[in-house]
Amino acid sequence: MGTVKMSSSRRKFLKTAAMLAGATVGYTWLKSSNFLLYGAEPKDKSLPWYGIGIDIEKCIGCGNCAKACKKENDVPLEPFYFRNWVEQYTVKNDGSVDIVSPNGGIDGFVQRVPDDDIFKSFFVPKMCNHCAKSPCEQVCPVGATFLSPEGLVLIDEKYCIGCRYCVQACPYGCRFIHPVKKVANKCTFCYHRVKKGLDPACMEVCPTGARIYGNLRDPGSNIVKYLKEHTTHVLRPNLNTGSKLYYNALSSEVR
Amino acid sequence: MRSNLPPQISRLVLAFSIFIILFLVARHFLSPASFGKYGHYRADVLGEIEKTEIHYAGQKAFYECHQDVQDLKSQDVHAEIHCETCHGPGQKHISSGEAADILKPSGREFCGSCHALNAAKPKGTIAQVDLKKHNIEKNCIECHNPHQPWALLK
Repeated sequence: MGTVKMSSSRRKFLKTAAMLAGATVGYTWLKSSNFLLYGAEPKDKSLPWYGIGIDIEKCIGCGNCAKACKKENDVPLEPFYFRNWVEQYTVKNDGSVDIVSPNGGIDGFVQRVPDDDIFKSFFVPKMCNHCAKSPCEQVCPVGATFLSPEGLVLIDEKYCIGCRYCVQACPYGCRFIHPVKKVANKCTFCYHRVKKGLDPACMEVCPTGARIYGNLRDPGSNIVKYLKEHTTHVLRPNLNTGSKLYYNALSSEVR
Repeated sequence: MRSNLPPQISRLVLAFSIFIILFLVARHFLSPASFGKYGHYRADVLGEIEKTEIHYAGQKAFYECHQDVQDLKSQDVHAEIHCETCHGPGQKHISSGEAADILKPSGREFCGSCHALNAAKPKGTIAQVDLKKHNIEKNCIECHNPHQPWALLK
């Protein structure tokens, strides 16, 4: 009796072990062949992995970046649609913060707080953070938003169903629904320009060099040099979005 | 093994298997060919976005014709500012050569978008002017050549 019992439990053990080993091998095969599970990490390390820098100490709030972005990418001119905009922060002596962005800064700024009340004031240009772990990409139900092999968050306009999940998911407010196309729209980092060897439109027109970009994998690139020489911060680091938009001199008032 | 399963369960397993197989077959034919090549998206879209036309031509393209402006600019504080910062998108102008296809901005408001006095502007990086006090009767370009702002015309 004893021997029969033992052999049956051994068979059971061997069966379970074989099943587990088979499942592990199967899972690794599926993952590596990208058959059912899609890996987020790009495999091609020869391509650039873009990072962006914005130097608040250099921004004069001229709004040229926001204006050029609209012209380059045919963004609707109404003041609700921006891929790229500038905010003016004014911290008053009483501690309250005044934040304005009239027409995204395209028409320029007028300081409405009297000089005597100002504790400090500065401009914050904003745009898509091209997050490495972007919330907008994660919520897309149809695979229309994705991280390109160059680390840019892009939209497939033919696949987008206009469900607006991504607009709500973006913690930086960088997305909108295009009023004519009825699909999500956002900064493409001027993918069509970068691929042709040109700078993104906002970088092209910035008169003070407040905007920097480059390949984070290349130790000699502008962005790596900028990151070395400045104390940089990303917006909302607590959300662990893997933001690749690095601000210099970012004040804690900025949301 | 088979005898262990009650018939209603085995029928359920059969129904599920048929459904899953039909789903996989349908998915195979409905998914675009390039879907999943790089990730959970249609890889062909990268080429489609890349084909978008450009409007801003980039700095290099302008100095090929306007060498004189480059020389003028290089001597003054506007040397590093690209042509399209003030003149707007220039691809159309470059392909046609027409002066009408590019902006020629003037006026106090335009220069003021960079140079108007504002407490938010970083000190020392840019010359700031109080537009309400500084030569209010005049247009900026009457005295300042925008390509060489400190070589005063008057």
